[in-house]
Amino acid sequence: MKKEILKLRGVKVHFPVQAGVFNRVVGHVLAVDGVDLAIFRGEVLGLAGESGCGKTTLGKAILRLVEPTDGEVKYISQDDDETELTSLEKKDMDPFRKKLQIVFQDPHSSLNPSFTIFGSLQDPLKKFGIKSKEERRKIIGDLLEAVNMRREYMDRYPHEFSGGQRQRIGIVRALCLEPELIVCDEAVSALDVSIQAQVLKLLMQLKKEKNLTYLFITHDLSVTEYLCDRIAVMYLGRIVELCDSEDLYNNTLHPYSEALISAIPVADLDKQTKRIVLEGDVPSPVNPPKGCPFHPRCPKATDICKTEVPTLKKYSTNGNEHYASCHLIDLPEIS
Amino acid sequence: MAKSSLDKKFDQIRKREEEKTFSTKKRSRIVNKFLNNRLAVLGLIIFTIIILASIFAPLLSPYDPMRVDLRSMRQPPSLDHWFGTDSTGRDVFTRVLFGGRVSIFIGLGSAILSAVVGIAVGCYAGYKGGWIDVIALRISEIFMSFPQIILVLLLVSITGQSLFNLMAIFILTGWGGMYRLARARMLSLREEEYVQALRSFGLSTFTICYKHMLPNALSPIMVNITLSTAMFILTEAGLSFLGLGVPLNIPTWGNILNVAQDILILQNYWWMWGPVGIVISVFVLCVNFIGDGLRDSTDPSQQG
Repeated sequence: MKKEILKLRGVKVHFPVQAGVFNRVVGHVLAVDGVDLAIFRGEVLGLAGESGCGKTTLGKAILRLVEPTDGEVKYISQDDDETELTSLEKKDMDPFRKKLQIVFQDPHSSLNPSFTIFGSLQDPLKKFGIKSKEERRKIIGDLLEAVNMRREYMDRYPHEFSGGQRQRIGIVRALCLEPELIVCDEAVSALDVSIQAQVLKLLMQLKKEKNLTYLFITHDLSVTEYLCDRIAVMYLGRIVELCDSEDLYNNTLHPYSEALISAIPVADLDKQTKRIVLEGDVPSPVNPPKGCPFHPRCPKATDICKTEVPTLKKYSTNGNEHYASCHLIDLPEIS
Repeated sequence: MAKSSLDKKFDQIRKREEEKTFSTKKRSRIVNKFLNNRLAVLGLIIFTIIILASIFAPLLSPYDPMRVDLRSMRQPPSLDHWFGTDSTGRDVFTRVLFGGRVSIFIGLGSAILSAVVGIAVGCYAGYKGGWIDVIALRISEIFMSFPQIILVLLLVSITGQSLFNLMAIFILTGWGGMYRLARARMLSLREEEYVQALRSFGLSTFTICYKHMLPNALSPIMVNITLSTAMFILTEAGLSFLGLGVPLNIPTWGNILNVAQDILILQNYWWMWGPVGIVISVFVLCVNFIGDGLRDSTDPSQQG
């Protein structure tokens, strides 16, 4: 039986839009608008979607780097104790910060240029109770070796490293408190393809060794296919499809996912792919369209799409759970 | 075939490399770049000389800067009195040395203290944002919108002339600029991912903004400290010249210049105001050179 580690219910992150002399709030950017999601222990959950759909904001909301406006984020410990994170005081959040960590996208701004690697990594360790300097050096040194770097590198400055190396140091930072869940926020997007493969391999190896769970945020569906157990596709702050990664490629239910998948380049000249080109941009999250948020760009949209907001419904493909939110799916809904 | 000079140089480098005598001494990049800037080094040297001369003034001059000697009034420069004597027979050279103590103390002291206040407020408010930031911003705007000279007049007329009043006013009107500089840097730094990472560990605001972010915001602030040192020295000279600054009995560069208000002295006794004017100009120029050098050497976008 798969155990949950994190359960999100109705998570919303709205940013106020201010205007005028008195900073009146004239509207809200609905960056994340009601997300229900469960992450199981030991899985890799991909979170895909185009830029501006709220993937990163959702990842940060889980860690409370961005305060969620509404909704629940529940952490379930190994002994099945549930804790609601969003209502905790800042102080009480500390034990959970140890469990949840993040690897950032941009390797160039993710390390402090005026400290050595050891200098910028030691404060978190100090805070979580590792008092002696030797012990801190040992932990960081061991982790550097775990990501295939030399122990001595901890006394160097960030500008002495390449992008791939910095990203691996970012992974060391995320690992240093022995977390259970790591949010990889486009962790490989800024690297070139050969280094991407190297870092991905490393992430998978570390996952096995340390029993990690990943929430893998990406806009690149070709990466997720090989990496993720399940994939959630986001559009305009909502999840439109959530299923096992194989089912997403073979039994796509939502027209938006279909369009995304058709955009993955295939290294086979004879294979004719039907390319679905979406027109226009993502609608503004300040003023999402009425009805299904995807209907203005959807090739299959009908009248009901323009008026009614579809909810995430449960279907079954290949005997697996498959969630999608679209009016036009003719599979039987299961409860 | 004769070796070209370039080849010779290369051979030398290789030889040193093989012998491992190649300088592996770690001198910071910033220091190196600063030392390569000739004007800045010259500025630093003269700056140091003037400061040392002021500190060790009693050793350099046999005279007392305050002692009136009516037998040697208004003497032109000579071997006994290098810069001559003033209307009451005090040695001008000695007064310039002792005046440097007060003037530099006021200039550097006000600049550093206003930087401390500005940085302390600016870092916290800039990092935290929200209403703290709004309030701090408005307060700094209020202070910056007061003309300095009116404030000085006000305070002098209420509490009388004193060195510390003057410094208090300089700090009061000067911290706003530092605050804005620190705040602006913090606003851009707080979006950097390493700051987010520190927040994800739940480190305290204090550790994040003063320990981890401040070193990255410091280089423009250091430059601003040197520049405002020069500015404060000039303002002090200006105010003392007008008779509003430091009490007249304390020698400062501005107070020495004060005598030039008298048209008779201005026309006939150039040594009473000339040398001190030159010292002020040279000192301010040096401080500006140092500031320029610091800016160039600490700017990470100009990596040489």
